[in-house]
Amino acid sequence: MASKKTTSKTTLPLAVNKTYKIYIGGAFPRTESGRYTEVRDARGGFIANVCLSSRKDFRNAVVAARAAQEGWQDRSAYNRSQTVYRVAEMLQQRESLFIDEMLTMGYARTKAKREFDASVDLIVHYAGWCDKYIQIYSSVNPVASSHFNFSVPEATGVVASIAAQDAALRGIIQACVPAICGGNTVVMLASEKYPLCAVTFAEVLATSDLPGGVVNILTGNRAELQSHFASHMDVNALIAWDVNIGDEIAICRKAADNVKRTYFYESGNKSLQPVDYIMNLQEIKTTWHPIEIIKGSGSGY
Amino acid sequence: MSKKPDKISWQLSPAPESTEHITINKRYGLFIGGEFVQPLTKKYFNTINPATEQVLSEIALAGERDVDAAVKAARKAYTTVWSKMPASERARYIYRIARLLQERAREFAVIETMDGGKSIRESRDIDVPLAAAHFFYHAGWADKLAYAFPQKKASPLGVVGQIIPWNFPLLMAAWKIAPALAAGNTIVLKPAETTSLTALKLAELMRDAGLPDGVVNIITGAGDTGKYLVAHPDVNKIAFTGSTDVGKLIQRSIAGTQKKLTLELGGKAANIIFEDAAIDQAVEGIVNGIYFNQGHVCCAGSRLFVQESIAVEVERRLKHRMESLVLGDPLDKNTDIGAINSKGQLETIRKYIDIGKKEGLEMFQTNCPVPAKGYWCRPTLFTGVAQSSIIAQEEIFGPVLAVQTFRTVDEVIDKANNTPFGLSAGVWTDKGSKIFNLTSRLKAGVVWANTYNKFDPTSPFGGYKESGFGREGGVHGLQAYVNLT
Repeated sequence: MASKKTTSKTTLPLAVNKTYKIYIGGAFPRTESGRYTEVRDARGGFIANVCLSSRKDFRNAVVAARAAQEGWQDRSAYNRSQTVYRVAEMLQQRESLFIDEMLTMGYARTKAKREFDASVDLIVHYAGWCDKYIQIYSSVNPVASSHFNFSVPEATGVVASIAAQDAALRGIIQACVPAICGGNTVVMLASEKYPLCAVTFAEVLATSDLPGGVVNILTGNRAELQSHFASHMDVNALIAWDVNIGDEIAICRKAADNVKRTYFYESGNKSLQPVDYIMNLQEIKTTWHPIEIIKGSGSGY
Repeated sequence: MSKKPDKISWQLSPAPESTEHITINKRYGLFIGGEFVQPLTKKYFNTINPATEQVLSEIALAGERDVDAAVKAARKAYTTVWSKMPASERARYIYRIARLLQERAREFAVIETMDGGKSIRESRDIDVPLAAAHFFYHAGWADKLAYAFPQKKASPLGVVGQIIPWNFPLLMAAWKIAPALAAGNTIVLKPAETTSLTALKLAELMRDAGLPDGVVNIITGAGDTGKYLVAHPDVNKIAFTGSTDVGKLIQRSIAGTQKKLTLELGGKAANIIFEDAAIDQAVEGIVNGIYFNQGHVCCAGSRLFVQESIAVEVERRLKHRMESLVLGDPLDKNTDIGAINSKGQLETIRKYIDIGKKEGLEMFQTNCPVPAKGYWCRPTLFTGVAQSSIIAQEEIFGPVLAVQTFRTVDEVIDKANNTPFGLSAGVWTDKGSKIFNLTSRLKAGVVWANTYNKFDPTSPFGGYKESGFGREGGVHGLQAYVNLT
């Protein structure tokens, strides 16, 4: 049970409450800053303390994400697909845990159930994309010279991600799973409003054969951290949900310091398909190699 | 033998391309709404031949109101004509442009060489034919966009602003205009201030093709003109090719607007030679990688990595090959190395050569004679370069090669990727599995294996990291010019 209301009557034995920590490099440290913020239920009752992550936590997480990136990208697409599928398995197992947590944070039961089911669906859908988007979006290019030439999508690298505020579980899944399907690694800031599910989701990831550092999850204050997400020189792309125009401008200006790819999404947006979130975090790499003259230089593949 | 053999001169006789069949007007206005008009600024600037320093023509300087007029013309053409036209008709116009360019290929090549300083061999065999090929390839996409984007509806963006550099003036114009037109957009294009002529000749050709007025507008000027175009509120997309610094300024300046952006920026490409490579071919590849177009190439192979076991041999053969490069009159068909594009760029290159010397690196330059007039730089290489050397880190955009050595595959991959850029890379080895190891681990948008500096309209081009985002060319390049819903 996620609930640990100190106000309620306790039955013996006393519940052993979980300490909500952040997730960096496959480990669950507390924030280095020692700061915390309280999460309270709708009636103002205490639920838990969560870490108020610092810039230094973010920087540590980027180091972990960078260290994990090449190895994760080098995994076979089949292996990445199975790993993401296992995330769905681990999540499904914890249905009651997540739903209880959402209820504690103020969700209605039907909404919690709907979001949980949609979340599992989404991960299973994404798992299937891992070994397919490359085929769909690759090409062999019929160049006019005697060369074999092909283009394939490849991971952009390390992605900084600011999750939606209003979807406790689906928001964090959307903010990290498409990126990792495509071989990227992620540093994600959880919803300020619903941080608990993000930490519990980290426990799902930690038991899903996902190498440490592929997804790193911070809890904390968006206004404090977003400029650091935008300015870090070893982050290749930034994705963020539900950002107001003022913040978007501030983020974009800093993101230009190292030509980050930036994408701003709205939670309700139906025009994007799941695979679009994968492809936005891909580069297209084109490779050339000479062909020993096939019927003269005019021919090509 | 007491008697020495007579000294044989291997000097090539001059073989200059004729300039008689071309016309360059004394003065060019701005191409707005289908006609050449005087700039509202009433100002003009000279464009010169960098090989002779002679003035070729006067070019209009577009100010803020001129840019506004061009965007208005483009908007009008978009709403009244171009967006309503059947896609197959758009295709026909673009095919026409391709054909007209092929017909006037010689003229374009000569003017490109006179205005920009590149050798006629390159403008004739690469720039102009490739420019025509870009129009021809993209023409056919106009009525086939639905096939390029499965499950999506592609619609044009509207008015696109395009800013291009001086290293491949006509080719970059074609590279930008062709896909934008095919996708149904109208265009305001700004060429670089030192190389406006072929873009203006291209405007003549748009007119001859009967392209509806205002579909393509060409405005000339320097950085400020570009700034006005980027800042114009009625431009839907900016496509920029140029330096990383300016690219970052543009990315910052459009923050929060709905403008789409593609950036094709600088590079510092690694060209990697393994001990099992075909050495002579690799040496040709090194030369083509860095001395092609005087090194004014964003994807130039400016960092050479040679495996230690063959470093001495490669260096010997490379220097020998470099000595045979002919530097001089760009219009001469024997010329390999033309003029540096501008005085300013020559100063930049010299600054970096001085830095290299000050860093204590060993420099080699060929012995070729250099004309008295014009801007020239002999093919140059530095050996003993470290990762920390400035000439190994910053883009020089000139015929200057930084040579480093390596021992292992992992080492060279680390070194090659240790740069903020990621536009291109080269790999030379006869071992297929090694090629694929390298090509999959190099963080670069274009990887040439056992070849270098090859381009094709069907082949997407563009970078990772600070070399920009978005692709140009091929099916992937179309995405830069459409809205997908």
